[in-house]
Amino acid sequence: MDERRKSEATPTKNRTTLERKSDREVVVTRTVNAPARLVFEAWTKAELFRRWWVPKSYGQTLLSCEMDVRVGGQYRLVFPFENSTMEFFGTYVEVTPHSRLVWTNDEGDAGKTITTVTFEEKGGKTLLVVHDVYPSAEAVDTGSTGALPEALDQLDELLASL
Amino acid sequence: MVQYPQSHFDTSFGALSDPTRRGVLEQLGRADASISALAERFQMTLTGMKKHVGVLEQAGLVTTEKVGRVRTCRLGARGLEEEAEWIEKYRQLWSARFDELDNVVDELKRKERVDGRKKKK
Repeated sequence: MDERRKSEATPTKNRTTLERKSDREVVVTRTVNAPARLVFEAWTKAELFRRWWVPKSYGQTLLSCEMDVRVGGQYRLVFPFENSTMEFFGTYVEVTPHSRLVWTNDEGDAGKTITTVTFEEKGGKTLLVVHDVYPSAEAVDTGSTGALPEALDQLDELLASL
Repeated sequence: MVQYPQSHFDTSFGALSDPTRRGVLEQLGRADASISALAERFQMTLTGMKKHVGVLEQAGLVTTEKVGRVRTCRLGARGLEEEAEWIEKYRQLWSARFDELDNVVDELKRKERVDGRKKKK
């Protein structure tokens, strides 16, 4: 299996896995074909981050994206939502260049969601692990990091129309 | 994969649009529960929970059975499938996100190579 993968031409997309580790935890992984330093850059520079966090295929754009990536620094993402806007915001708790980012998501009423992203470089590639811990099982589905609710709604429509 | 009529899909997504109802499904995925136990778990009135369960029942996600004075709720045949579907949707969002991340990172790689060449000159 592994050997076959090695012999394949590289520019195929890497697989994204998602696992519900417990009722309060979701773990997403993906390998990026680049050194951790570049992947980390794409996660920590607002002008880069905003280009990929909301996928184009979801037909959404961020109105603004502010990120002060240092311990205690804040981020704020603003999306258009119906006739108004929706904001996601929180605080960076840990910033270890090229290896680890931890932030809270503070906009929910039910407590903070904590997201830990690790960047593990191996042979010029980087394994990304995104680990979300939600304040409660109920918050998982409405949570911040993955579930742009309106984007998921659009996907629902798409899936329903298939 | 079983195909459901579109209207069924709509009812089902409507039912899933509410975080409490998704929570109820998840709870029932672990064990059957009475409406009053669910109401307590989600800190709401019995009437409120009855309404949520009603919506889920209509969507075929939950079935209920009254034995004596207790109405027990369990996951409908489609409940687990919906859970799998939720995970797949979430995964697809991340996958789409990471595809875009690949583009951004590729650009950074190219830029670095060009800058590297410039520096060497």
